Amino acid sequence: MSRQRRDEAYDVVVVGGGPAGVAAATAAAESGKRVGLIDESPWLGGQIWRGEAERPHSEKARRWLKRLEAAGVTVRVGVSVVGGDGAGWLVAEDRRGAWRIGYEALILATGARDRFLPFPGWTAPHVMGVGGLQTLVKSGWPVAGKRVAIVGSGPLLWALAEGVTAAGGVVVVLAEQASWESVRRFGAGLIRYPAKLVQAIGLRARLAGVPYWCGWWPAVTRSEGDWAVVTVTDGTSRRELKCDLVAFGFGLVPNLELARLLGCGTRDEPGWEGVEVGLDQETGLSGVYAAGEATGVKGAEAALVEGRVAGYAAAGRRAEAEALYGLRDRWRRFGAMLAQAFALRAELKTLADDDTIVCRCEDVTYGRLRTWRTAREAKLMTRCGMGPCQGRVCGAACRFLWSWEPDRVRPPATVARLETLMELGTGGNGG
Amino acid sequence: MSGTYDVIVVGGGIVGSACAWECARRGLKVLMVEAGIVGGGATAAGMGHLVVMDDSEAQFALTAYSCQLWRELAAELPGSVEHEVCGTLWVAADEWEMGEVERKARYYEERGVAVEVIGGKRLEQLEPNLRAGMAGALRVPGDAVIYPPAATHWMSERAGEAGATVWRGVEVRQILEEGAVELAGGAVVEAFVVVNAAGATAGRLTPGLPVRGRKGHLAITDRYPGFARHQLIELGYLKSAHGEEGDSVAFNIQPRKTGQMLVGSSRQYGAEGGEVEPGILGRMLRRAVAYMPGLRLLNVVRVWTGERAATPDKLPLIGPVPGRSSIWLATGHEGLGITTSLGTARLLGERLVGGDPEIPYKPYDPGRFAWVPVAGQTGAGVGAW
Ligand SMILES: Cc1cc2nc3c(=O)[nH]c(=O)nc-3n(C[C@H](O)[C@H](O)[C@H](O)COP(=O)(O)OP(=O)(O)OC[C@H]3O[C@@H](n4cnc5c(N)ncnc54)[C@H](O)[C@@H]3O)c2cc1C
Ligand SMILES: Cc1cc2nc3c(=O)[nH]c(=O)nc-3n(C[C@H](O)[C@H](O)[C@H](O)COP(=O)(O)OP(=O)(O)OC[C@H]3O[C@@H](n4cnc5c(N)ncnc54)[C@H](O)[C@@H]3O)c2cc1C
Repeated sequence: MSRQRRDEAYDVVVVGGGPAGVAAATAAAESGKRVGLIDESPWLGGQIWRGEAERPHSEKARRWLKRLEAAGVTVRVGVSVVGGDGAGWLVAEDRRGAWRIGYEALILATGARDRFLPFPGWTAPHVMGVGGLQTLVKSGWPVAGKRVAIVGSGPLLWALAEGVTAAGGVVVVLAEQASWESVRRFGAGLIRYPAKLVQAIGLRARLAGVPYWCGWWPAVTRSEGDWAVVTVTDGTSRRELKCDLVAFGFGLVPNLELARLLGCGTRDEPGWEGVEVGLDQETGLSGVYAAGEATGVKGAEAALVEGRVAGYAAAGRRAEAEALYGLRDRWRRFGAMLAQAFALRAELKTLADDDTIVCRCEDVTYGRLRTWRTAREAKLMTRCGMGPCQGRVCGAACRFLWSWEPDRVRPPATVARLETLMELGTGGNGG
Repeated sequence: MSGTYDVIVVGGGIVGSACAWECARRGLKVLMVEAGIVGGGATAAGMGHLVVMDDSEAQFALTAYSCQLWRELAAELPGSVEHEVCGTLWVAADEWEMGEVERKARYYEERGVAVEVIGGKRLEQLEPNLRAGMAGALRVPGDAVIYPPAATHWMSERAGEAGATVWRGVEVRQILEEGAVELAGGAVVEAFVVVNAAGATAGRLTPGLPVRGRKGHLAITDRYPGFARHQLIELGYLKSAHGEEGDSVAFNIQPRKTGQMLVGSSRQYGAEGGEVEPGILGRMLRRAVAYMPGLRLLNVVRVWTGERAATPDKLPLIGPVPGRSSIWLATGHEGLGITTSLGTARLLGERLVGGDPEIPYKPYDPGRFAWVPVAGQTGAGVGAW
């Protein structure tokens, strides 16, 4: 196999092909810029529109993906961005080799990932992340007739329940750790977001048969023959449910590795992490913008409008960008509502016992971790976070459990072949 | 003067921790003060190769002595230290380098270190992932690998069990003339002897010290058990390690007990900050690939840097500051401090109690350099030689 390096250059490069990235790329391309859109997954669409390019389910996704194509954006999927110099060059790789991608302006729309919190049994084979199961269901994995327990927090639990139900699965429980009161207040707040309200009512109708328990969270799961048994608790009583699969997730954490690696400033307050951006979505690095969940988790609507602002701003279309500020701020307030409604309760810090794995890559247990004082110390002494995921999973858990500051980000932004890292240093015009 | 402690060790890297343990073991009343994490400095960045080196007679003496001490300790080391006697292969690319292998073999043998000269064919069997056509190698079977932060933590615990006090997260602001330290909070703690084991930044506490930072890069791969079986180093390594003022790279890879490959290494003077520098990283990786083409396709999970404490003659500073009997040094270990920590501690401990070290101490005595400790101001930083 001949392995070659490929160089490309665009006026605007967008990393991440979710709603934020699609909107940003479209806005910039419609403004006359040559735009490249890069995503590491095999499909465009990010988490929510995954697979919609082939089989569109949502009208919105169909519209945006069509508009993206019409605008003449060059799309590169299956390409992950590994690093860059923050001043005009990215280094990326795909199956075939390394890429170097030049840009005048860069938009980071790297999205978010599930937050996992450790509880006894969470690493067992019948237990998986909400996002993971959602991706499986979207790609046609059979859940028909399967009994699924969905536990954790946030609106993604509903989305998954909807997906499972639509595919013929049975949701035996949807346990939301936030209290009834909190969720009800959030529902009432939707009055100010008619589109969301309609969506919520529709969802509610489709999930009519699903037991939705607020103020309940997972305590433990175990296997019993072919069954999984999940125990949920409200702090006083416990209930056991038999099922085939347990899906869990405790909200989202933004993917900040690339932004931090390039040197963009980030906010690190727990629960409100994100890339720091100015009014026009520009980061502290001139010519580098960020949009969507990467700037703080607040949902797909905010991601879309932030993406548009970033796309226009990167293309130098100030007026178009500014015209969207009002709409964007509205959806940011929606994000704040989400964060407040689904804030994680303190009891979740006490689920793990000493034998519960926290770092899956390196098999590090809660008992071995709890005596250390900082993430770095724990990492050096136990290998927690040293594996291939570099703390992308356990880092957010440790942060929640012990308020540990994340350890410094080092290259590569995602696991990369050694040959790709050789390209980091070649700089300039392919020299 | 009556000290609250006999010895205060400033810095809880592998060198400071070994010294604190050694002194406590000898019945001295010891305090070790570490500003950050025990084993979190250069020690957390180093490769952890326990290696006998022959750059100079004195370097050979200290590394061989230290490797012997590591062997004696091996049975006690907990699993977290990941001690593995994988041996070193000094790889000769061509016939000229093979001549160097022969010379090196004689040198080691004459001094009682077991070695084996390996021909090209045999090398291909031993390490099939090396580029084909290498001339051969020198095998040093007694060399080993450890995980330095865990070893350091273990030593600091041994020190504690032997009666030493260990303060973590406490910074020493100043070493006072009379054998005392001033902490960042202003408090003063006294001792008969203060040992500056602050690694590459030791010069901040002992201004004028002939120590400069020498930055190195390393990359670690995902798990590929068996990809390499020995620590593999190009024979030209010494050129890079000793060599010129300029930046240099050398092929130096290490199989970890986890199945991961640690890929090095680079050397740079005056490279500010701990940032990964893509240019020299690229050079280092290309060098590694030139020797082991298959490395190209291995996944790298992380790249980082560390700061070596380099002296003009590449030998450490072990002993009292000239003219200051109450301030001692244990620093300047360049790229060998993991290995030589144990030998350093023995030398220092023996000299402190007026004993007779097992190897001559003179080559490492700070008095070998004509340098005058700069009185007064601290923070003058790393010396300017
Ligand atoms: C697990 C999960 C499930 C979700 N389910 C739903 C749902 O059902 N309904 C809903 O309304 N919202 C859902 N969301 C929220 C929704 O994803 C976001 O609100 C919305 O997609 C945000 O868009 P985005 O463009 O910011 O990020 P994303 O859609 O996450 O897109 C980011 C993209 O960037 C790519 N990327 C990241 N880093 C790199 C890199 N270094 N190189 C190349 N590409 C990179 C990723 O592959 C990804 O495709 C979910 C989110 C997650 C994480
Ligand atoms: C890339 C690289 C590869 C290497 N590979 C090897 C190898 O394979 N084999 C080998 O033998 N060696 C190797 N080394 C060298 C080895 O890592 C060092 O020589 C060794 O770690 C030095 O230990 P130390 O205790 O002197 O320094 P450090 O580990 O840096 O410890 C000094 C400590 O002092 C503390 N400190 C500093 N100032 C103060 C203060 N004012 N108050 C309190 N505490 C303070 C610091 O926080 C730090 O913890 C390598 C080094 C590098 C950079």
